[in-house]
Amino acid sequence: MPKLLPLLEHAVKKPVWDCRMCGQCVLHSTGMTCPMTCPKTLRNGPCGGVREDGHCEVKPEMRCIWVKAEERSHSPLNPHHWEEEFNELRPPVDNRLQGTSSWINLINGRDRRTPAGWDGAARERHSAVPGASMVEVDEPTTLPEGFHS
Amino acid sequence: MSRLATLIDEGNRPVVTAEFPSIDGGGLAAVEKAADELRPFVDAVNATDNPAAHAHASNTSIAIAMSQFGLEPIMQVVCRDKNRIAMQADIIGASLFGIQNIACLTGDDVTAGDEPEARRVFDLDSTQLVKVASGLAEGHYLSGRAIKQPPALFVGAVENPFAPPLDYRVMRALKKAEAGARFLQLQIGYYPERLENFVAGCVEHGVTRTTALIPTVVLTKSAKALSFMDESVPGISIPAEMIARVAGAGDKDAIAEESYQLTLELSRHALSLPGVSGIHLTDFRHDGSLERLVRDLRIGPAFAPDPVASASGTTSV
Ligand code: SF4
Repeated sequence: MPKLLPLLEHAVKKPVWDCRMCGQCVLHSTGMTCPMTCPKTLRNGPCGGVREDGHCEVKPEMRCIWVKAEERSHSPLNPHHWEEEFNELRPPVDNRLQGTSSWINLINGRDRRTPAGWDGAARERHSAVPGASMVEVDEPTTLPEGFHS
Repeated sequence: MSRLATLIDEGNRPVVTAEFPSIDGGGLAAVEKAADELRPFVDAVNATDNPAAHAHASNTSIAIAMSQFGLEPIMQVVCRDKNRIAMQADIIGASLFGIQNIACLTGDDVTAGDEPEARRVFDLDSTQLVKVASGLAEGHYLSGRAIKQPPALFVGAVENPFAPPLDYRVMRALKKAEAGARFLQLQIGYYPERLENFVAGCVEHGVTRTTALIPTVVLTKSAKALSFMDESVPGISIPAEMIARVAGAGDKDAIAEESYQLTLELSRHALSLPGVSGIHLTDFRHDGSLERLVRDLRIGPAFAPDPVASASGTTSV
């Protein structure tokens, strides 16, 4: 089932929202408009290039998805808190989640995990979290002191 | 604290910032020449980051060179060309040379430039970058990895009060302010009432309590330049009456004069708004009009020297 879920999710969300399977779905907080369909994949509102007619800087034939999203965020059909969530600062995309199911990531909380620095705190110089500062190397013993710090 | 941050904090007079011309060849002499022209009239100058998606000498190199020639840089960082690792490295790298003012931008799309085949990156968006850059100043990378003796950055961003969705632009400014932006340079705009609404909204929502608003005006010489911006620059729209007013002024000289007068009016209006901390100048004329403008407005280091900053000997980084 876990293997099938991404396929199923894509089958449901692609036709309606043009889902890009970023694995960290924020549709409800963006007026049910997928921010990953913005050519610049912006997750925190429209760029400065929106045309006078509300169309996209990059694709003039398309309405700016953030113009659409902003309109829809006020829709009386949405639960009230969605309108408030629209203004929240959404964290950077975790590119490792691309292609995975946001449904699973939502249930297990994986989609809300952000890098330590996002929440403001500097991590201890020697992290207690195993592997948190690991880098991919062939021969770790040859690394100079402080490489991991 | 950077000189720009000090001037904004003191709030004794409007700050004047400008756009540095793009540099390709000519070595440091080319930077020095441009720096010499601007230095007397401005407080800080933007080192651009591949503006309009055209490759030029990089933001970091120009910022460093500018500061060596005694001009305080505002280093732009755009999200289009680099991922989060490279952008953090650029900011930290530049800070080694004393660069403190950082302006975080989304960036025009690659399709606006002369290499539309390029891969666009946009790994972070500009609001996220504001927060990440502010984190660097607090002593950590986005990963959480600590930075000993972090740089004293003065982080800002840009906002476009003139592009749809108009009502939402204040909220976006607020989001950037909350993410850590201490100044917002505003996009070029020819709708004074939109600027007025935006600035009033920012005052009302508390944006201006933490964040300086710096509207932009452009010095142009012809109606053609206005039409070009209207048609070809993403996010800029100019009312047809304004273009007609300049076009109908008479001969070439009269048109140039009318263009100047339009810029002067827009500048006066912008500076008259409560909540505005200064003005950003983009000069497409290069005929001494920038000096004329700051003189007519009586702003900037040449025409409204700040007694506090100069007496305390504050120098640029
Ligand atoms: S105009 Fe809108 S959809 Fe187009 S790139 Fe900008 S934010 Fe994205």
